[in-house]
Amino acid sequence: MAQEKTFAQIESRYFWLLAALGALVVGAGLYSAYFMESHGHVVTGMNNHVVWGMPHVFAIFMIVAASGVLNVASVGSVFGKHVYKARAPLAGLLSIALLAGGLTVLMLDLGRPDRIIVALTNYNPTSMFAWNALLYSGLFTTVALYLWTLMEKRMNPWSKPMGFVVFGWRIILTTGTGLIFAFLVARQAYASAILPPMFIVLSFAWGLAVFLIVQSAMFSWNELKLNPAIQQRMKNLLGVFIVGSLYLVAAYHLTNLYFARESAFEHFILVSGGIYPALFWGGYVVVGSALPLLLIFTPGMGKGIHVLAASLLTLAGAFALLYVFIIGGEAFPLDIFPGYQVISSSFGDGQVASYAPSLPEIVLGTGGLAIAFMITIAGVRALNFLPHDDPKAVHQD
Amino acid sequence: MSDINHGRRQFLAQGSALAAGIAIAPGMLLFDFAHARPAGVPASSAVRWGMLIDTTQCESGCDACVTACRKENGWPEPKTAQDVQWIRKVEIKQISTGKQINLPMMCQHCAEPPCVDVCPTAASFKRADGIVLVDKHRCIGCRYCMMACPYQARSFVHEPVVDHSSEMPRGQGTVESCTLCVDRVDRGEQPACVESCAKEGHKALVFGDLNNPNSEISQRIRSVASIKLREDLGLDTAFSFVGL
Repeated sequence: MAQEKTFAQIESRYFWLLAALGALVVGAGLYSAYFMESHGHVVTGMNNHVVWGMPHVFAIFMIVAASGVLNVASVGSVFGKHVYKARAPLAGLLSIALLAGGLTVLMLDLGRPDRIIVALTNYNPTSMFAWNALLYSGLFTTVALYLWTLMEKRMNPWSKPMGFVVFGWRIILTTGTGLIFAFLVARQAYASAILPPMFIVLSFAWGLAVFLIVQSAMFSWNELKLNPAIQQRMKNLLGVFIVGSLYLVAAYHLTNLYFARESAFEHFILVSGGIYPALFWGGYVVVGSALPLLLIFTPGMGKGIHVLAASLLTLAGAFALLYVFIIGGEAFPLDIFPGYQVISSSFGDGQVASYAPSLPEIVLGTGGLAIAFMITIAGVRALNFLPHDDPKAVHQD
Repeated sequence: MSDINHGRRQFLAQGSALAAGIAIAPGMLLFDFAHARPAGVPASSAVRWGMLIDTTQCESGCDACVTACRKENGWPEPKTAQDVQWIRKVEIKQISTGKQINLPMMCQHCAEPPCVDVCPTAASFKRADGIVLVDKHRCIGCRYCMMACPYQARSFVHEPVVDHSSEMPRGQGTVESCTLCVDRVDRGEQPACVESCAKEGHKALVFGDLNNPNSEISQRIRSVASIKLREDLGLDTAFSFVGL
């Protein structure tokens, strides 16, 4: 019977306390957006050189993770693994929650968020942003339909085809996220065809890390214990995704290093750029990849607490990598005059742009995370999203 | 007699030439300079506006073009990296030779503008005559165009705007850049920077129709070696530089 208990039934007080905390952070985020809109972006650390700051780091993290968390559902519906199928509803809910949080941050960081209707009614087919608007709304729709096929018994036969649709859609969506940068022809950090596959593999790791954290919290609140065999498989999968991410990030930098025109940029990002190499090596490589791999694969480790720590560190690494990729990529000066050195310019030509994240930006981004959190806890309370494991199913896969 | 006749013939010939010159020249001048478009007539792709920047004539320390642009378009004197700059003076040094060069930098009005490609709402657009503009009523302030521009030509309005020029309205939260003084061009005038440079006696900036083989800019481009910035990107900018 313990298996049948839901989060809602356990402790109503928990829910309202968590909801109140979440609402507080969402409120702070919304106030930050209002503050930024009424004063202008002058109150942020962003400027004419680093035009996308912390809000984009948060938003892109959430959008990429929203796609990646669906991997759990795909392994179930597309590849027919029962253990993952039981987790598909929770993965779907997390995807919708993260996407909603990410898009809210992205929208509220616009210079004119009041003109969102303009964005919806004027469509430029050559813009990756415009395509992404379609891909995002499509993901909401397909995941909602997928959840319906999973949770409504009569619709169950449709869950496999819908699983395929969602699988295809999210791969295209993350390709689109990578292409936002890959299409930037003149920036040394971007304009690379490896970015879409890199974002797809990063999404696998980040999405699964988010899933494992939420699953761990839900099981602990419900006083349930995760089957060690399931734990083992999921943590191994996270390990594989972390290694895959490292491989693609390495391939991106190695190809850049081979091109003479990119060597100054790579030197900046990997060696001389101050905060950026520190975050890349310390944040992404050591804290966000090496430590989680140790926690997962060291003999004697890989238990619940280790996997939770590995997942949290993976997310810390995700933020570090995105900070380096987005802000470091913008901070490095454009090569407008190849063969020349800039002696003076009133607009910072030839100089590394400075950027210091401001409080409103961080609070807005955190507000987005809180939106994802609120949707998750409300969904879990209202509907049966808790994974129900059939002990026999573990051995069927 | 023959001498007198010769002189008279010469007089008649010269007089006729002079009369013809007086009669035709204004027409020719009008043909060359009067590009004013009547209201309601759309910009035409028969024209492509462009600029030739002769860096050998661009004086170090002179910022007449920048001041003229600010005055014309009503953007304040920049103090921080958050302030807008539609045009800026840049001093560069050739790494191999040490040769120093001064030049003004602004939107290069590409034939294949990346800013127009990436703009989700089509607020960034290119007129038929090649001038790249931002529709300030359509711009949502996503700054994707600023990420895409290879020339760092665009600025984001980070603060509420207090002093508008009546001819060039600006707005907080939107992106802006050099318009080639589109309103002046439509009236048949030169951009403010070009005019001010000529007033200073430098004449480093030549503005005109790249599609007209007889325009001064076309003739100069044909006769003097010039390059476009980041030609490798294949954007076919409307700006060329002499002395780079």
